[in-house]
Amino acid sequence: MSDSMLYARAFWGLMVRDISVLRREFVAFMIRTVMNPLMFVFVFTYLFPKMGQDFQNARGISFGTLILPGLVAVAIFVQGIMGVALPLSFEIGSTREIEDRVMSPLPVSLVAIEKIIFSALQSVVAALVVFPMIYFIPATPVHVHVNSWPVLIGNVLLASLASGAVGLTIGTIVKPQHIALMFGVVVVPITFFGCVYYPWAALHSVRWLQIAVLLNPLVYMSEGLRIALTPETPHMPIWATLVALLLCVGLLGYTGVRGFLNRVLS
Amino acid sequence: MPTREDIVSIRGLTKRYAGKVPVEAVRNIDLTVKRGELFGLLGPNGAGKSTTISVCTTRTLPTSGTVQIAGLDVVATPAQARKQMGVVPQYNTLDRQCTVWENLYFHCRYFGYTSAAAAKRANELLEMFRLTERGKSFVRELSGGLAQRVQIARAIAHQPEILFLDEPSAGLDPQSRLALWDSIRQLLSQGITIVLTTHYMEEADELCNRVAIIDHGKILVCDTPQNLKSSVGAQKVINLHLGSSDPQLQQTLNQLPGVKSSETNKDGIRIFVDNLDGLLPRIIEVTGPKLKDISVTETTLETVFIKLTGRDLRE
Repeated sequence: MSDSMLYARAFWGLMVRDISVLRREFVAFMIRTVMNPLMFVFVFTYLFPKMGQDFQNARGISFGTLILPGLVAVAIFVQGIMGVALPLSFEIGSTREIEDRVMSPLPVSLVAIEKIIFSALQSVVAALVVFPMIYFIPATPVHVHVNSWPVLIGNVLLASLASGAVGLTIGTIVKPQHIALMFGVVVVPITFFGCVYYPWAALHSVRWLQIAVLLNPLVYMSEGLRIALTPETPHMPIWATLVALLLCVGLLGYTGVRGFLNRVLS
Repeated sequence: MPTREDIVSIRGLTKRYAGKVPVEAVRNIDLTVKRGELFGLLGPNGAGKSTTISVCTTRTLPTSGTVQIAGLDVVATPAQARKQMGVVPQYNTLDRQCTVWENLYFHCRYFGYTSAAAAKRANELLEMFRLTERGKSFVRELSGGLAQRVQIARAIAHQPEILFLDEPSAGLDPQSRLALWDSIRQLLSQGITIVLTTHYMEEADELCNRVAIIDHGKILVCDTPQNLKSSVGAQKVINLHLGSSDPQLQQTLNQLPGVKSSETNKDGIRIFVDNLDGLLPRIIEVTGPKLKDISVTETTLETVFIKLTGRDLRE
């Protein structure tokens, strides 16, 4: 068997294992994916308008329209944390069960890359599950208009890969005993300053924050999906989101793979 | 130069761990393991056994030197080398999210088996290791002995040429240890080469064709257990516990008929003899009231270790 065939088969074996475990835990996967956006959409875009407390921006764009891309982006982002960072942190730092996969006949960096790809797969599924929910629940109309399918698909794929790369990096850095802290210190700020509930352009009134959030990968995921799904809302230029997401995948992917190699090899 | 019969060939292996206090875990080791043999690395904790195994199994990169497994360099071609070896680490690394059967099945998938072939092999292994009833159990439901058995089954699932067992009986109860020894002998009879590390001298003595005694990262001796024990030059060891060393008394004892050699340690004197006929009363007489305790043991690999290092394996 040639080397590339050996590697490809081992890589596929790792994917089959992860998919099989995900299938068994599909209910848990759905709950962790759906609950947060479901509650958010229900309270802010269904209950609030019913109570006469609807948010609308100056251009008359409903809050439901404004947050739809952001909530899809969060659903994508959360998979990197829940689907990769969390289990990986334990598999490397506590049970060391990652060793059997590291001992598979393929370069160890491919074991790490498999994690990114698998995470991206979960992210795509999460996006598909969350989208209809956010579209149909709001009491006020949600305007979605896909100008270009390649832009939408490209953005979803890049955002999903970037989220996997973030997950891999966090999973290799954070020790299992610090996971709870990681949610408070990393995940919550990333979500709240990720241009999920407001477009990036709206931050111009707090200029320093508008610049600071540019370090946050979730900003580009949200803005990219705004371009693809709700083009009438203010958004970043398309080249900016694509370049930034590509950089995220490249830099965080590299950092994550390096971190993985450092943790599993000595 | 390694020959075709050499499945493991270690040349000039050194591993230094950087850090505030740099540690040289392995120092310039040369070692060869032949196909079909059961080779033991015996030494106390921290001697460098696990680091040596870790380099052989591609999980640790050497600082210098080379290691070849079945002719494949573990640094240049780690993925190909891994195909030739099975590894059972010191701790339980079974996949906690999978059942026993799935652990075997997915391991085969990693090694390129098709779904049908992997399922067939997993069933075969369950039967071979008397695990069929446990196939659907999750790893957390297994006892230490059972988990160890599953780990061995998984390690040989892809039919490697060589199996590395790192401290396989650590933490096992005596019954599980005997069962483990049976499994090891059975695998050996099937033609698989086995390298194990242990700090239990009985394990090395009982199982291994050849043993390398390792301490402070260096190999002190390497031979069959029988030859190693013969090298002590005596059948029995008399340990005199005096509470302190006494070189003068040692000289007197050396002159007693039947005493082959002796050495002092911090607690007393160790005397090497072939037989005890009439010797014990003479020793007690010469030692007098200084003697706090006396014990007699057969020459074991531990004696060899003590002879070489002046220390107990457990110290």
